[in-house]
Amino acid sequence: MSDFEVKEITPAAPTSVDGDARAARRREARTLLFGDLWEYAPAPESTAVVKVRERYEHFIGGRFVGGGEPMAVHNPATAEQISEIPAAGPDVVDRAVNAARAAFGPWSARPASERAKVLYHIGRMLQERARELAVLETLDNGKPIAETRDVDLPLAAAHFLYYAGWADKLDYAFPGVSPSPLGVAAQVIPWNFPLLMAAWKIAPALACGNTVVLKPAETTPLSASVLAEICAEAGVPDGVVNIVHGDGDTGRALVSHPGIDKVAFTGSTEVGRQIQRTLAGTDVRLTLELGGKGANIVFEDAALDQAVEGIVNGIWFNQGQVCCAGSRLLVQESVAETVLDKLRDRLATLRVGDPLDKNTDVGAINSAAQLERIADYVRIGQAEGAQMHQLACDLPDKGWFFAPTIFTHVAQSHRIAQEEIFGPVLAVQTFRTPDEAVELANNTPYGLSAGVWSDKGSKVFEMTRRLRAGIVWGNTFNQFDPASPFGGYKESGFGREGGRHGLLPYLRLR
Amino acid sequence: MSTNHNGSAGQSSDREPVRKTYKLYVGGAFVRSESGYALRQNDVNGAFFANCAKASRKDLRDAIGAARTAFGGWSTRSAFNRSQILFRLAEMIEGRRATFVELLGSLCGRDRAAAEREVSTVIDRVFWYAGWCDKFTQILGGVNPIASPYNNFTVAEPTGVVVLLAPRSAGLIGLVTALLPALAAGNACVLVADDDLPVIALELGEALATSDVPAGAVNVLSGTTSELLPHAADHMDVNAIGSFGRGADDERELGQRAASNIKRVAVFAARSHDEWCDASAQSPYFVERFVEWKTSWHPVGV
Repeated sequence: MSDFEVKEITPAAPTSVDGDARAARRREARTLLFGDLWEYAPAPESTAVVKVRERYEHFIGGRFVGGGEPMAVHNPATAEQISEIPAAGPDVVDRAVNAARAAFGPWSARPASERAKVLYHIGRMLQERARELAVLETLDNGKPIAETRDVDLPLAAAHFLYYAGWADKLDYAFPGVSPSPLGVAAQVIPWNFPLLMAAWKIAPALACGNTVVLKPAETTPLSASVLAEICAEAGVPDGVVNIVHGDGDTGRALVSHPGIDKVAFTGSTEVGRQIQRTLAGTDVRLTLELGGKGANIVFEDAALDQAVEGIVNGIWFNQGQVCCAGSRLLVQESVAETVLDKLRDRLATLRVGDPLDKNTDVGAINSAAQLERIADYVRIGQAEGAQMHQLACDLPDKGWFFAPTIFTHVAQSHRIAQEEIFGPVLAVQTFRTPDEAVELANNTPYGLSAGVWSDKGSKVFEMTRRLRAGIVWGNTFNQFDPASPFGGYKESGFGREGGRHGLLPYLRLR
Repeated sequence: MSTNHNGSAGQSSDREPVRKTYKLYVGGAFVRSESGYALRQNDVNGAFFANCAKASRKDLRDAIGAARTAFGGWSTRSAFNRSQILFRLAEMIEGRRATFVELLGSLCGRDRAAAEREVSTVIDRVFWYAGWCDKFTQILGGVNPIASPYNNFTVAEPTGVVVLLAPRSAGLIGLVTALLPALAAGNACVLVADDDLPVIALELGEALATSDVPAGAVNVLSGTTSELLPHAADHMDVNAIGSFGRGADDERELGQRAASNIKRVAVFAARSHDEWCDASAQSPYFVERFVEWKTSWHPVGV
């Protein structure tokens, strides 16, 4: 990690920017870069707070049970196996759904004020065991401890606390109609925010009186298993929360099980499509939170230093493995060079490495498969003629890491501008007018997130109105809150999680 | 009295009335089907009443294209203006009350009182939804009390281009019940009326054309719904489909094909004619089925 020089990888076409002037500016700027002057001392978070078990099991009817072929669970930062889980077959899924079905009657009939307290206990216990879970999540997922500690854990706890308050106020949520729970919710979540996604799924479902069968991603099953333990200790009755481990086969068995009333899925658009097909013509309610290709739009009148921080947060938060990542930067032509210079300088300060190090900005990619996918897209970007700039850093010898990457000279037709990469790869395009920015931003099949950077309020509002995206961040990016609805337009899915709107997918209104 | 001349009173008995040609309503214009196919509309006694254009796949695609073109202008009008236009639609249907009453009598066999009741319910339903245009966002959206220094609010916006498969054998009430929620939300709509009562649907198109609904914001097709359904569900520029009382087979096919671009599919179960007229067949939560929520964040501070 000694060398933070920005590596320029120039393909056949010569760069169109003034290389000398930029190099001079960077020499000047370099005096501001700590990384060039001294090494950071390691600042590792202790793992003593958590004991990773050899094996984690399904949680069905209030008990941890085995069943299924073992699957290895790895630490992405070392690529070493740290645990294993059984992969649930249809028989195990069946038991879990039956347990949830059996528990539904009593749970939904329980006074709502008591359901509220149970959810509240879960939130409190997550806060109490926050450090342990943060470390476990980092070991399992590969994301920096600073993020699990400061984002995943506080938000997961807050989500339970927020929906605890709704449980006994549902009659006031939607005027003119009375709400009732749906029944058994099948919930399938991704690996990028394992515990937070479990909280997003379980908290509103339980608050509304449903019972759940949750399938975590097979690469990140550990924190959900601890959450199961917390649920039991918090007073969640047996069978109200069930967790089955496994990969896509388990997920398919779960969402096609005849005993479910609701599917909530967060993951890729392709799998979302399959689930929508599977449920076609049934009474099973569906919400999908799928992929994205968020545009971060920077106008010439923006506070550029803040915008650069927003761009960094937009694409390198969680290694870019975020469905709402600002994976496209649309920058107004008049300030493009300035913004890119600032961005490259800022990129040079990012610290890539051990996720357990408290100074790490960019941790490990979650799996070898995802690392390969990212590398593929970077090769595609180069082959399509985009120009690549990559942070020159020493990646750890082991584990799955990828250097933060910027592509300039990107065309709208390039696959790196159209397809979700789900990694630390930013595609930069320029625009001249607000109309052009809207056109570019909306011109993908997705519609999850967008960012607008301008100091002119009326312009921010106008852009917000015209962007076809479920979340628009004005002069900020990647902000989350339990009270704020989250979800997409178009092929980014339908339904919302969070806020009052997050209740709707789990209620029948009459 | 089964041909399609309206208001024959006062005409000399040897005069041949000029019959109306029933056309599709697409992009603000009345068009014949490009296919050249026609639906035969008989009256309730089985006698010939009129030939109506039968929408083909191409007509459907044209209507979807017209809707996409109209969407920007329609959805960005002020909610108050959309509301005014839908109030005017109620006025226009009221003005055509006699025509609709006569058609419901001669084509559906309703007695005069029942036909009058249905048309009154239709007008009142349009009037009711017209008032929702500038209110539902306040009911469905909101300001979100987040824990950090940001202004955070959620608004309901129209989903985009919506195809509405109207219920079969549900008269005029079925058509407006299918159309109005999506239209009030600000979507650009393609209303598909099944082949049992094309005349009433195309007559509704004429009411729409005179009520200041911008060209393409509502398109009305008469055709065989089961033929058009797969093409609507496959179309990559349709954002949502409303299916009203289509039954399990259609709903399954619709859902499977709609997944091609993650279309929203709003399924409304079959109802009897009386149930379509019932107040329970209208709701702001039906409008909700055709909206997206956009949540905006902005820092608060100096």
